[in-house]
Amino acid sequence: MSSEAITRPAESAARLKGDRLIDFGGLALTIVTLGFALMAIFPVYWAVVTSFKSETEVIASGIALWPSRINTEAYEHIWTNTNIGIWYINSFVTSTLITAGVIVSSAGCAYALSQLDFPGRRLIYVLILACFMVPMQALIINHFVLMAQFKLLNSWAGIILPQLIVPVTIIVYKQFFDNVPREFREAAQMDGAGHFKTLFRIYLPMNWGITSALAIITFIGAWNSFLWPFLAATGEATMTVPVGITQVKDAYGIVYARQMASAVMAGLPVAVLYLIFQRRVTQAIMLSAGVKG
Amino acid sequence: MIRDKRSEYLAALILVGPFVVIYGLLFVWPTIQMVMLSFTDAPLIGPGEWVGIENYVEILTHRLFRNATWNTAYFVLLTVVPNTLVSLAIAMAVNRLKGWQQGFVMACFFLPYILPVSVVYLTWNWIIDVQYGLVQYIVRPFNGGEPMSLTRTIPFFMPTVAVVTIWWTLGFNVLLFIAGLRNISPEIYEAASLDSAGRWRQFRKITWPLIWPVTALVLTIQLIAQLKIFDQVYLFSIGGRQDPTIVLVQYIYKLAFQQNKGGEGAAAATLLFAMIIILSVLQYQALRARGEK
Repeated sequence: MSSEAITRPAESAARLKGDRLIDFGGLALTIVTLGFALMAIFPVYWAVVTSFKSETEVIASGIALWPSRINTEAYEHIWTNTNIGIWYINSFVTSTLITAGVIVSSAGCAYALSQLDFPGRRLIYVLILACFMVPMQALIINHFVLMAQFKLLNSWAGIILPQLIVPVTIIVYKQFFDNVPREFREAAQMDGAGHFKTLFRIYLPMNWGITSALAIITFIGAWNSFLWPFLAATGEATMTVPVGITQVKDAYGIVYARQMASAVMAGLPVAVLYLIFQRRVTQAIMLSAGVKG
Repeated sequence: MIRDKRSEYLAALILVGPFVVIYGLLFVWPTIQMVMLSFTDAPLIGPGEWVGIENYVEILTHRLFRNATWNTAYFVLLTVVPNTLVSLAIAMAVNRLKGWQQGFVMACFFLPYILPVSVVYLTWNWIIDVQYGLVQYIVRPFNGGEPMSLTRTIPFFMPTVAVVTIWWTLGFNVLLFIAGLRNISPEIYEAASLDSAGRWRQFRKITWPLIWPVTALVLTIQLIAQLKIFDQVYLFSIGGRQDPTIVLVQYIYKLAFQQNKGGEGAAAATLLFAMIIILSVLQYQALRARGEK
């Protein structure tokens, strides 16, 4: 910032010279930005590197940016001594079903709101709006009571159900459905297609990009959610990965290579999803945030 | 025509059905139940007697509730504005980069946001570890050569968790700011530089006012999110004294799930609920008023 102040061209004659100086300042700024970016990613790098060290190397003095020998002992330990295999299954099943449930119920509701005229539309809008305001964290007690009444604590269904509330998805879908030209629907109905066929054969395929974006972000959100799975799953056999890795921490004491191995295993699926689908993830986040404004 | 209308209603009913069932059962009903429960002396699971506003009186005179409110406000103060300013600075730095540099830098800042909170916790818990953590290299010179636990030393707890939270969540804000910056037409800057406006003046007179709607959005989203803070604060306080650093959702959790006071927990939840609704309406109005000036 300060180097820019020097380059402020006071008069047009000095501007040419100033432009060359800006390039120099710009290069410095680029280097600083890259430096900060490396600092931002460093904790993640450090966790990964630590997970491949031996426990003795982890507590050795000095900063070793690379393990002296790639050591997968920590991963083997986590894999054989915790229930992480079961947690993976729990996380994958619940996150996938939450995603499917949210996408299907939202797309259906959004199509009805966007294309159909029926009594109770206003009530649904009010409900969605109210939902934006209400903190889900305030409802934990009554979600717990409700799931206990249904005998769904410590089950997949118990983890899934309260997480099906994602009002943003409905609004995003509605905005996209609103923009589908009416002719498509009229043509489909001329051909005798009902509303379901119109939704599944025209509206959803036409908005395939946004569906995949919303699905990815819903999956990541479900995988990462902590508070509700932490409350709903108290037995080690029903925990999800992010909850499980914090709960058994004490069982292995201060052994950071193993803790980092468990962290890497918990974060890897979502990190990979993000790196593959970067554009979709950012698109979905932008759209959801736009709705909140 | 009547047949058409009826089939439209039927289709709407089926399409909206899942939404109505899910939101009715898991949102409307628990919200009503929460308010009802807050007027009883029920345990977490089981019936209770009607006690009127006793729970509210109890909580509002409870020192721990004041602690929790103060700590939550303190956490909001430590995160919301600093995170917004840092994110805007990063967004401006990232926005002037091109090609692979921009992609790489953006991924570095954004990747942490995609990780589960427990991964963030484990990673940073290792970095700040009192014996072997990297942060101790920085802490020791300031602490007379002695290592110090940043999460067990009460005055450092909230600032530490705040820094970790900013690191974790800034990618989201950066994303919104970059989108906002891209919407500012380059011609405005070109016109300004012809008028020989310096970089700082350009920022004050063009970028800041034009980005303000995004800033307001970022501030609002964060304020609401940080009022509902639980995960990081809870995780970092495991194994230590929790009461001095308790936050509101943690207070609800403690009352209902650790002390089995369902009624009091519900009363605390209702208060949080009311606070968030009032604050979000007020802040939104205030920001909009300033934005319109």
